[in-house]
Amino acid sequence: MRLAILTSRIRVEEKLLIEVLRQRSIAFDIIDDGELLLDLSHPDERWRAYDAVLCRSMSQSRGLAVLHVLEHWGVRVCNSSTVTATCNDKLLTTLALLQAGIPTPHTLLAFDPQITIQGIDMLGYPVVLKPITGSWGRLLARINDRDAAEAVLEHQEILGSYQHHVHYVQEHIAKPQRDIRAFVVGDRTICAIYRTSEHWVTNTARGAVASNCPVTPELDSLCVRAAQAVGGGILAIDVLEDPQRGLLINEINATMEFRNSIAPTGVDIPDVMLDYILSGVREEAVR
Amino acid sequence: MTHCPECEAEITVQDLMIGEIIYCPDCSAELEVLRLEPPSVVLAPQVEEDWGE
Repeated sequence: MRLAILTSRIRVEEKLLIEVLRQRSIAFDIIDDGELLLDLSHPDERWRAYDAVLCRSMSQSRGLAVLHVLEHWGVRVCNSSTVTATCNDKLLTTLALLQAGIPTPHTLLAFDPQITIQGIDMLGYPVVLKPITGSWGRLLARINDRDAAEAVLEHQEILGSYQHHVHYVQEHIAKPQRDIRAFVVGDRTICAIYRTSEHWVTNTARGAVASNCPVTPELDSLCVRAAQAVGGGILAIDVLEDPQRGLLINEINATMEFRNSIAPTGVDIPDVMLDYILSGVREEAVR
Repeated sequence: MTHCPECEAEITVQDLMIGEIIYCPDCSAELEVLRLEPPSVVLAPQVEEDWGE
């Protein structure tokens, strides 16, 4: 058994995964995505030495590109390129959730700023404007009135790249100063945390505090269904608590960060991740 | 031992890994470990738009 971990940087998460691999005496290599030169017509034999490649690239574009190539070469990867592409894109995630009938905030898509404002008026203030790609709560904007809408949309049009000219508008959910981050590995929600913050953006990357969230049968079922909707694997599901409608799936992350979630939940997340990868390798070997 | 490219403070890379991010104890610059032998660090790249989970 030999695994590879594709990285951009060695974060705490990668060090924890490496620690588990060492504890289990599993051979592995760390591969820096920045050093790769991939000859697309000539599969590099080095990749055939790996039973699986775990994508932990911090760069979503690099990670996804490498996943595409490795799958093309027949290398087993986790998560798959399809799952990763869906999760990296909020539009594709929303469409996958809607397709599966999973509750998610009401979302509009528009391209022209004036049409976007018409859509915001329809939804009612406040709304949340998000770039369709991006992470860690970057460039999220809660829009409280038309003045703010006009200003942010103008900034996006003038200062943003073409990706920021695709306006993804979501109803604002009056969540209770927190959201839920649930970790799904395969067909099980292994643990969850509340992310509590005074700020309306509740990413731990933006300073939210993590505490244990009990995995109820309702939360488990919803999160597993959400994970399956985007193709399944090792996924972090962001869940909002709507006062009227209950749990809504907001976003899904394919390269999850979990450093702040091990202590409050008591679950050895990297250990469970590795179990899942190894069981997939063994199942494939039996076939 | 190597030196911070920003302030030339002494930096040790003992018990670190290539690719790991550390902070200069003197000037707090974010540094990426480039090599362990001989030790080498560079200023870590700024967060890019596609970085995330």
